[in-house]
Amino acid sequence: MSTDTPASAPAESAAERYLAVQRSDEFAGLRRALRGFIFPMTVAFFLWYALYVILSAYARGFMGTKLFGNINVALIFGLLQFVSTFVIAWLYARFADRKIDPVADRIRAEIGEVTHDDGPRG
Amino acid sequence: MTTVLAAEAGSTTARNLTITLFLIFVAITLAITVWASRQTKTATDFYAGGRSFSGFQNGMAIGGDYMSAASFLGIAGIIALNGYDGFLYSIGFLVAWLVALLLVAELLRNSGRYTMADVLAFRMRQRPVRTAAAVSTITVSIFYLLAQMVGAGALVALLLGIKPGTTFLGMDADTAKVATIILVGALMIIYVTVGGMKGTTYVQIVKAFLLMTGAVVMTLLVLAHYKFNLSTLLGDAAAASGKGENFLRPGLKYGVESGDALKTFYSKMDLLSLGIALVLGTAGLPHILIRFYTVPTAKAARKSVLWAIGIIGVFYLLTLALGFGAAALVGGTAITAQDKAGNTAAPQLAEKLGLDFLGGDLGGATLLAIIAAVAFATILAVVAGLTLASSSSLAHDFYANVVKNGQASERQEVNVARISALVIGAISILLSIFAQSLNVAFLVALAFAVAASGNLPAILYSLFWKRFNTSGAVWAIYGGLLAAVVLVFFSPVVSGAPTAMFPEHDWHWFPLTNPGIISIPFGFLCGWVGTLLSKEHDEEKYAELEVRSLTGAGAH
Repeated sequence: MSTDTPASAPAESAAERYLAVQRSDEFAGLRRALRGFIFPMTVAFFLWYALYVILSAYARGFMGTKLFGNINVALIFGLLQFVSTFVIAWLYARFADRKIDPVADRIRAEIGEVTHDDGPRG
Repeated sequence: MTTVLAAEAGSTTARNLTITLFLIFVAITLAITVWASRQTKTATDFYAGGRSFSGFQNGMAIGGDYMSAASFLGIAGIIALNGYDGFLYSIGFLVAWLVALLLVAELLRNSGRYTMADVLAFRMRQRPVRTAAAVSTITVSIFYLLAQMVGAGALVALLLGIKPGTTFLGMDADTAKVATIILVGALMIIYVTVGGMKGTTYVQIVKAFLLMTGAVVMTLLVLAHYKFNLSTLLGDAAAASGKGENFLRPGLKYGVESGDALKTFYSKMDLLSLGIALVLGTAGLPHILIRFYTVPTAKAARKSVLWAIGIIGVFYLLTLALGFGAAALVGGTAITAQDKAGNTAAPQLAEKLGLDFLGGDLGGATLLAIIAAVAFATILAVVAGLTLASSSSLAHDFYANVVKNGQASERQEVNVARISALVIGAISILLSIFAQSLNVAFLVALAFAVAASGNLPAILYSLFWKRFNTSGAVWAIYGGLLAAVVLVFFSPVVSGAPTAMFPEHDWHWFPLTNPGIISIPFGFLCGWVGTLLSKEHDEEKYAELEVRSLTGAGAH
């Protein structure tokens, strides 16, 4: 296990190894896949949440519209925030299980093998 | 509609039962703590519970760490008195977990070791970044601690029904408050110094279980009373509130529309500001972040956030029923007679439910006692988590890496962490006693604002921005922290308003009570400017951080 402090810098070979992995196509693909999911999803839920807060502040009439009985738009909109949070969490878990974990495991195993060799990267 | 707590009415049954249940909780948690101390040998055991918790256990513990008395009693109280607006809080507190899930939890778990600063300082110069992170961690944690401990003092006097002029065990209300603050402080110090992360985690798991059980039982009783018809419950609550349909809409507490256009504008800005701070603050709270280190892998960290989202989400749905239930069944007049802020709404509802559905006075006293004891358990679990986070940062970031330059032994570091917990605990007790007559409820919102303005920009830049450097990290943390604290200091929550911390003085010029809408963008801007002002850039360390954070290679 390497240390987490640059002060005690790991062996030069380790640093080179991380650079090589970072520049590999496989790692670039992993980064692209992860960012391609988490960044748009973050923007989406943030805008969706912002819409809810803005409507709560500025569209009181709309939020107060009764849908059935005493259930109004504000309540349904709020409950939909719960639903969207649960759904996004579930989508992310499914995505990470299928698309991220296998690639991350493979790259980690490759780095691990080299570490065991303890020699320069071949 | 004139229900009052049984204890206040003179019945000592509830009071004795509350104390008994609370003592049982304390006994059980102390036993766990002693057991955990025997399992705590290494620094990893002390800081991260040996990284041996499962995703589900950690998810429960996160729930126990996160759902403070402010959530349980505070939100139920806001809903009971102001209707819909309390729900805005719940939603912000829940949606915030998506930031933690998508952007922070797994990457932090993979690349860090014990504290938030492990990730921030990964590719930076250690001393300036770790110092800044320790300052921010301790500031956020102490603000949060003060709010909880002062709240605990006020709560115990209310829940045990100690009114001015009456005594309990020979103590009047003020003495009882001080005694409670000291008791809570002493217990949290014991949990942390003796049990470390392992003990604290189990305390939080037990608390989460008790809190969820209590909330589910009360919700079922409320809903059963309304034959599981939510519409009838809402209608009753609105009618009882005397505010009609407005009670079911946003706007009674936040973003209030008054005749004054400027006031209305500020009030609505305040609502937006609060909303942003709530959703961005969670993923920057140090006591939440260190929980991700208690599981063995990033995948387990992901699972723990998923469980946390489930548990916390369900809990906030329950508080909706509790809040509206309290409005309908107890009534705003009876609640404000006990506590103007509405913090006793949930316990009062418990008593009313027990009285009506569980066999009269005894049922009422029993359910009240259970919920009051759960409220104390809630406070204890949260303050323990905060004390652990701040003492870990003081020992691991400041002592080991700044003072000792990374040369401290594991044993020294853990000893310092234990001493830090004692010192921070003692300081918190003293500050809380000093602050107990002041209105410090705003400190929780301030803690969220600091976390969102200083910590979150530094964490996100660190993980995702190649160019980010030491100067940027230091600028982001201090810039965001100072902006949030300074703006709040000059806001109406500290001076210049009847509800302020110092109502007799007025030095306020910042019109909003929540600084987030200014301080959060300011923190991100500081991080960006600070980065550009320095040429420092460590290509190799960034490669290592990126590869390790995404793949888990070399993870501790």
